[in-house]
Amino acid sequence: MKTVKDSNAVAVERARAKRPAVRSKDEFLLRLFVAGATDRSRQAVLHVRDLCATGLKDRVALEVVDIYQQPALARSNQIVATPTLVIENPPPLRRFIGSLANIAALFAELDLIKKGKSEP
Amino acid sequence: MKTNTKTTGRRHTAKAARLPRCPTGIQGLDEITGGGLPRGRPTLVCGGAGCGKTLLAAEFLVRGAAQFDEPGVLMAFEETEKELEANVASLGFDLEGLVRRKKMVVDHVHIERSESTQSGGYDLEGIFVRLGHSIDSIGAKRVVLDTLEVLFANLPDEAVLRGELRRLFRWLKAKGVTAVITAERGPGSLTRHGLEEYVSDCVIVLDHRVSDQVATRHLRVVKYRGAMHGTNEFPFLIGADGISVLPITSLSLNHQVSRERIATGIPRLDKMLGGRGFFRGSSILLTGTAGTGKTIISCNFGHAAARRGERVLYFSFEESPNQIIRNMHSIGLRLEPMVKRGLLRFHSARPSLYGLEMHLATMFKEIAEFRPQVVIVDPITSLMDLGTVSEGKGMVTRLIDYLKATQVTTLFTSLTQGGHPLQQSEGGMSSLMDSWLLLEDFEGNGERNRVFYVLKARGMGHSNQIREFLISDHGIDIVDAYIGASGVLTGSARAAQGALEKAAALAGQQEAAQLKREVERKRGALERQISGLRSDYESEALELRRIAEQVGTRTLLLSTERAESGRLRQADIKLGSGMPIKSKAGRRLP
Repeated sequence: MKTVKDSNAVAVERARAKRPAVRSKDEFLLRLFVAGATDRSRQAVLHVRDLCATGLKDRVALEVVDIYQQPALARSNQIVATPTLVIENPPPLRRFIGSLANIAALFAELDLIKKGKSEP
Repeated sequence: MKTNTKTTGRRHTAKAARLPRCPTGIQGLDEITGGGLPRGRPTLVCGGAGCGKTLLAAEFLVRGAAQFDEPGVLMAFEETEKELEANVASLGFDLEGLVRRKKMVVDHVHIERSESTQSGGYDLEGIFVRLGHSIDSIGAKRVVLDTLEVLFANLPDEAVLRGELRRLFRWLKAKGVTAVITAERGPGSLTRHGLEEYVSDCVIVLDHRVSDQVATRHLRVVKYRGAMHGTNEFPFLIGADGISVLPITSLSLNHQVSRERIATGIPRLDKMLGGRGFFRGSSILLTGTAGTGKTIISCNFGHAAARRGERVLYFSFEESPNQIIRNMHSIGLRLEPMVKRGLLRFHSARPSLYGLEMHLATMFKEIAEFRPQVVIVDPITSLMDLGTVSEGKGMVTRLIDYLKATQVTTLFTSLTQGGHPLQQSEGGMSSLMDSWLLLEDFEGNGERNRVFYVLKARGMGHSNQIREFLISDHGIDIVDAYIGASGVLTGSARAAQGALEKAAALAGQQEAAQLKREVERKRGALERQISGLRSDYESEALELRRIAEQVGTRTLLLSTERAESGRLRQADIKLGSGMPIKSKAGRRLP
């Protein structure tokens, strides 16, 4: 599960923080599924990267998957809409669909990030 | 004949060229749609909950993969792979095996509204990619999306969704796959979310209606662009081997016919039917009110067939097999040896056990298993009561056509509820029947008597007489009924009439004898008279002879005497003829 799929082409980024040996409860595992290099995909990647950098700091592992390249993963991860951000850890499983413009606010709302709001 | 088949064949290919069909393999559906669903286009299957949408779609895929070598992708939004496998396995489909052999892909799409939050615009590329990947992985020709509307419930922003669905259908068309999309029926529209506006090529509506507490499923092709199709509602059933649609109107009448005649087991009845009984493979209706002996005639017919070594399947909807066997024993008909030898099989079920469709399905199954030469349905009316008249008629049509195609002779009994037996329901059904025997009760003189007559018998000369039949310890006895001034005389009236006629005959005989005696007496008298007359005549003749003799002697005496006197008078005068007076005088002289 932890093997990060390399997605080439386009603006798929790999924003990966250090992987700590022991996963703490706070550690985030995010997967972002996009379909090709559309504007929407690019935006989503941008927003998530931003969130990882600011809100989640180093406690996050992000994997970006282009389902065009990895169609089997779309099935195994039950992707219907794109872009979809899947929060695999911490539980419960959550999905965010869309271009994720206000993802930081949503994270804050769900109390996923405490520092997000305190850190302007 | 040859040219006929040729032209139809040509017409068929011409039609196929206009719009290629994708056969579903579902019994009856291909007949209605003229060969199947439009190839390479999406078809919408809609209907309420539990009317068989998923099953129809699944069968389309499974049959495609198994029978037509067209691999298929099933994208299930409601059921998981395991659930689907179990569901279709109960109908005899091996979904797992097909998946293993790469003939099918089952992709369960799981969406949970509570899990996902929308943030900004999205598309359904996930569906496209998954579908595309599945199609490409096995070279699928068929796709089923069951049920897309789940998306509406679980994804926000309907406008986006609609746009995406429109794109999906276009994409499916471009892919060239034959797709079946299922949708829930909505109030006032075909589908709850108006999917019909995207799928414009073929729309099939399924329906599950309850009338008189019995549910029947119906299928209707609402739309089939650019093609002829049956527009009626067709009942369909889900049996042990999938869906079977009963296309009533599209059945063709071209089954083989037999010239062979089979005996009815009642010799006098055979005689009434031109001496040789019914045609093999014909359908026979036996109508009558309660207690007119329908079952007895049926059993006789079945018994006769079994005696010839034919297999007889007896569908009984009122009596249990043991009861029938026992009852027939009382008229000297022994059925149990036939049952033991495997020539006679009973299938008893209460009509209310399940709906018309299930009855028909089980009957078909039994017939296919047992392969009988004779089928008896006793009585068909209790089955027909389950549905509407047209449904019942449709069922009977289907049954008859199925049986005729396999040259099975069918005997239906029909129970009429008092009154005149020629009732509306029979009128509807009788047109399907080749022969129709009518049993009736005749009431009069404080008794009921059974009569019957042959109302129609297609293709054979038959008696038009009303006959009385008696049921006794040794079976059925058909006797001629007396036709009197007040109609047909039966029972004791017939016996009385018989006695009356006998007496009349006797009286006639006596009268004749008397007349004969009288004549003879007269003749005797005449003869006596004649003999009297003759004796008279003879005595007269005798008298005549005596007179003649007397005259002769007298003349002789006279002449001698005269000669003597002449000699005495010495008159040498020769005696003339006129002398007697002289002689007299002369005689007187002395």
